[in-house]
Amino acid sequence: MRLAVYLPLVLPALFALLAGPLSARLDPRHATWLLTGAAVALAGCSTLALGLLAAAAAVRIPLVASLGHWSLSVLGPDNPPGLAVALLAGILLGVAALTVSGFVIRRYRALAGAYREARCLPGRGQTVVVQDEAADAYALPGRPGRIVVTAGMLAALDEPGRAALLAHERAHLAGFHYLFTTAARLAATASPLLRPAARAVEYTVERWADERAAKVVGDRRLVAHTIGRAALAAKANRPRRAIPAALGAVFSGAHVRAHARPGPVPRRVAALLAPPPPRRLVLLAAVLALVALAGICALEAANDLQDLLSLASAHHYH
Amino acid sequence: MPHADPRPSPRRGAGELEAAVLSVLWQAGRALSPGEVQQALTGQADAPAPELSYSTVVTILSRLHAKKALDRRRDGRAFRYAPVADEAGLAARRLAAMLDKEPDRQAVLSRFVADLSESDEALLRRVLADDGAQAS
Repeated sequence: MRLAVYLPLVLPALFALLAGPLSARLDPRHATWLLTGAAVALAGCSTLALGLLAAAAAVRIPLVASLGHWSLSVLGPDNPPGLAVALLAGILLGVAALTVSGFVIRRYRALAGAYREARCLPGRGQTVVVQDEAADAYALPGRPGRIVVTAGMLAALDEPGRAALLAHERAHLAGFHYLFTTAARLAATASPLLRPAARAVEYTVERWADERAAKVVGDRRLVAHTIGRAALAAKANRPRRAIPAALGAVFSGAHVRAHARPGPVPRRVAALLAPPPPRRLVLLAAVLALVALAGICALEAANDLQDLLSLASAHHYH
Repeated sequence: MPHADPRPSPRRGAGELEAAVLSVLWQAGRALSPGEVQQALTGQADAPAPELSYSTVVTILSRLHAKKALDRRRDGRAFRYAPVADEAGLAARRLAAMLDKEPDRQAVLSRFVADLSESDEALLRRVLADDGAQAS
């Protein structure tokens, strides 16, 4: 119950620092799996650690101790964690439970809505073209998922560009990319230190679809220029979106980063114009080691608590 | 979905009134004044919305115009309204309207391109121009 229980709470912060560089340097498919898996594992470990801290204090409440048949003299009021730490852990755990359930409900509704829309869109084909002069295109998860492209977007692109766009959106649907982003967001809701990791996953799934589209059309530069053209066309006739986006930025503090760091679209284009990302086993191994450390620490802390309780239980009967 | 029954139940949400107004305009096939829309909605024996006032019709029309579902042009002292989109277009508009409202909705759709900030636009143009110069 010493360092081991606190380490899983701190490691997400370290991982969050790595998430940005990892998303830029790793092969996007590997990065997506790694970042999502690590975020979920770290969120699980840190939640377990919070639970252990709160439980270690809860068993020292005389009523709880007598119910569990634990000896209070073994558990001791002065054993770490202190009451203040345990109380804080309990509060954090409660807040996390509330925000996670809120997130699950909202995301479930959003996904159910998307499935419904995918079913209701006209026609039977995968791609739906809508008569809208604003340039826009998106993949709608569903069973089957649909791709919505506006006439404005089709007009902004040439024939190879349209093929690249469709390949990109098909890659999203075929790879179930919304599951990765949802899992990463869930982890970041449980453990807010992981928010940069969730943003990184939202970026790496785009990169994953970009690279997949590049494979399908056989030309990375074409995909890069298509993304650029589409983004400029979307911006040209969608100025009204700037207002909610700016509001969102103020509330999330993103306006600070917006100036410090280029947004996802220029980064995607630049990544496609650069040589394809190599496989970096060292980076992969470093992240896996971090996750393993968090897991070992959380299990160790759980073991400590269990040992303490067995000891207290043994003494209770003597 | 825009296949709403043009004769909704007495208690209706704003969405159903909008759908009823839109279906009148689709059927008309030409631009209508608010008075003509009200006439169409309230005039017939099995009128979809017999109690609808002129000012409510104007409100609904201007709301639909604000949502870019209707085009309007000035005709004397009033406006005449016509639908801008077919049904698929309206479905997309509704999606877009929901996207603007709900961040989680936005999150489950995979947009091809995220919105560009001003600095991103400048950067993007520079990156593309640099690449174009290198290629040629």
